[in-house]
Amino acid sequence: MNPVATPFFFYLLAGTMIIGGILVITRKNAVHSALALITTLLAQAALYLMLYAPFVAGVQIILYAGGIMVLFLFVIMLISIERAAKERQFNKQWLVGIVAAAALGGLFITIYTTTTKGKELFPEGRMTYGESQNTQQIAALLFDRGAGQYMFAFEIASLLLLVAIIGAVVMAKKRI
Amino acid sequence: MHELIDYIQSYLDPRVTTTPGAAGNIFWATVYILLVFGGLSVAVIAMNWLERKILAHMQVRLGPMRVGPHGLLQPIADAIKLLLKEDIIPAEADAFIFWIAPFMVVLAAFTVFVVVPFGPTHAITDMNIGILFMLGVSSLSVLGIVMAGWASNSHYPLIGALRSSAQMVSYEVAMGLAVLSVILLTSLQGSGLGLYGIGATNPQAYGTLSMIGIVQAQQEQGVWFIFKFFPLGLVGFFIFAIAMVAETNRAPFDLPEAESELTAGFHTEYSGFRWSLFFLAEYSAMIAVSSIAVTLWLGGWLRPFPNALSGPTWDLVFSLIPGISFLLLAAMCFYNVARMPKHPLFKIQTMGLAGFGAVLGLIGLVMFIPAVRDRVNDVFWFAAKVAGFMYLYIWYRGTFPRYRFDQLMKVGWKILLPMGLALLILTAAMGMRTELWAQFQEVVHGL
Amino acid sequence: MDALLHITTLHYLVLGAALFLLGVIGVLTRRNVVIVLMSIELILNAVNLNLVAFSRYWQGMPGHLGGPGALHGQVFAIFVITDAAAEAAVGLGILIAFFRNKETVNVDEVNLLKW
Repeated sequence: MNPVATPFFFYLLAGTMIIGGILVITRKNAVHSALALITTLLAQAALYLMLYAPFVAGVQIILYAGGIMVLFLFVIMLISIERAAKERQFNKQWLVGIVAAAALGGLFITIYTTTTKGKELFPEGRMTYGESQNTQQIAALLFDRGAGQYMFAFEIASLLLLVAIIGAVVMAKKRI
Repeated sequence: MHELIDYIQSYLDPRVTTTPGAAGNIFWATVYILLVFGGLSVAVIAMNWLERKILAHMQVRLGPMRVGPHGLLQPIADAIKLLLKEDIIPAEADAFIFWIAPFMVVLAAFTVFVVVPFGPTHAITDMNIGILFMLGVSSLSVLGIVMAGWASNSHYPLIGALRSSAQMVSYEVAMGLAVLSVILLTSLQGSGLGLYGIGATNPQAYGTLSMIGIVQAQQEQGVWFIFKFFPLGLVGFFIFAIAMVAETNRAPFDLPEAESELTAGFHTEYSGFRWSLFFLAEYSAMIAVSSIAVTLWLGGWLRPFPNALSGPTWDLVFSLIPGISFLLLAAMCFYNVARMPKHPLFKIQTMGLAGFGAVLGLIGLVMFIPAVRDRVNDVFWFAAKVAGFMYLYIWYRGTFPRYRFDQLMKVGWKILLPMGLALLILTAAMGMRTELWAQFQEVVHGL
Repeated sequence: MDALLHITTLHYLVLGAALFLLGVIGVLTRRNVVIVLMSIELILNAVNLNLVAFSRYWQGMPGHLGGPGALHGQVFAIFVITDAAAEAAVGLGILIAFFRNKETVNVDEVNLLKW
């Protein structure tokens, strides 16, 4: 199927993400920052759909927006953060931080303008691959005995999650 | 103008085999969205009336009888009252979050219906990740509830919100495991009808996450997944049925929002229109998770007994059932018209009930026309099964006492989660039993 | 103008770079630990966007590296999301333990080992 009004949706979602990102780093109230981050994550899931990656979009909505952000909101509510909203928000070396970020930004601009000069600007794929087999192909890469390369990484990731669960429970206990 | 009509017709004319979203047809996708939205609103209003009447009859009383004939206009009176109430925001409450929390819950509850399959082509769209999308978006309502409790700046809503979200998050795990066992079942080989996404002759057949694909897998394997590998499908269905009641904060898991416990929990400080948004979202979420249960275990839009009672005559008999059921409802209305008191003050109510019965009878008669019959069949069976689940919800509320919160969490983590894991392993073992048996024999012969 | 209207992979890369910069500014300048952790999530999301955009690019390229099954970027993005979840859980656990001791959420005051 042909994508519909792609530049309009891309710029809408990109604008939402940038505004959400700016709100995350500038708000005094941590709950407002968390809300802005949720908006950014949901807009990113929609961008993944535009990139014909529906499985990653679904994982993003379930894990990131529906799991990690709920965790953040719980912690923000458990620690009394109203007092922190009245203190000074930006630390003493904010100018150095901005200069470092500007240097990094300059590096990005240099890379993107010099390496793509004279070449085609990473053109979109010549054929439009539909998304009807996306989950099945990811499953093939992860689990298939012949073609799958990421089985070991998958098992290591589950081990990592086990370590994280035990670590988080131990860290948050009152008496170990 | 001619191109517009061609564009509209292009989805109708040949028997298109996809949903409007998958076909890229914006006009028909919008029409379907409006139909689903309207149908959902009517369903929520009907649920409100049904809950009060059925609960009342279970408790040997009558329920609302005055507002319309037999209380039929009670939901409309409630809606008008809620819209006209004063909009109170507590002082010291975070106004922006207080305003946005009901919208997040409603957004999560309504967006889920984009992939609900009412028929093989009657869905707004058919995403490749259908069931994953539904589970993910319904988990966004936890965020709205947490924010509602936080923004109210008061003890009871905060405790209610934290309890409610802890409960929803816990039961999502059990739901996910039950759903996972069904997704395993979709990859089994069927009778070779070669339907959407299922490679029946391909030895490396993949399963599917798409909602329409799951129902077509049941159609191809010839059995509803609730009866597959008996009793594994049944156990999975029960785990999901219990988890979905806890997920939607309904009795007997409604401690976070019961009036006698926490003064209505996270929506204590919400009044008027905002409270009606929460209530709308709760009923929509109930219908959404019931749709998941119907699609995954009860065969979606498939009629009962597709194999035992197959053939054109049985198809005809089953396709007459929608019309017959509406005529039965009309007959009940007319029976109650005859039972109305013969007092002159009851004349308007009697006429109203007779009119309602006449409308129902007319709908029933329209459903006998063959053209309408073929189109309505799938949607009717789906709606009938979801209506059965709604009745179960009301029955639970009228029957079971409330779970205490620690008992609730114990059931979620210590009972349903291990059952779900065991179910997953057993389902996988049963699905691969020939390969496992062959490998076992190889090992035994090698010894 | 046509370069702006025709969306290529470069547009996604520039968006990812912008998000990365916002996250870096957040990590370097804010005092509140929770907001620093959220900026780290912004950085991880920018990386994920890059990965998925490149996987789409390779899907359109012919050859043994490309083709319709070249979803390595998406699989990598799934692993990054999993790791972000684990890291957020442990980080917030540390935050709760620290808050219980010092009653503050400012990064400047995590200075018990300062000489």
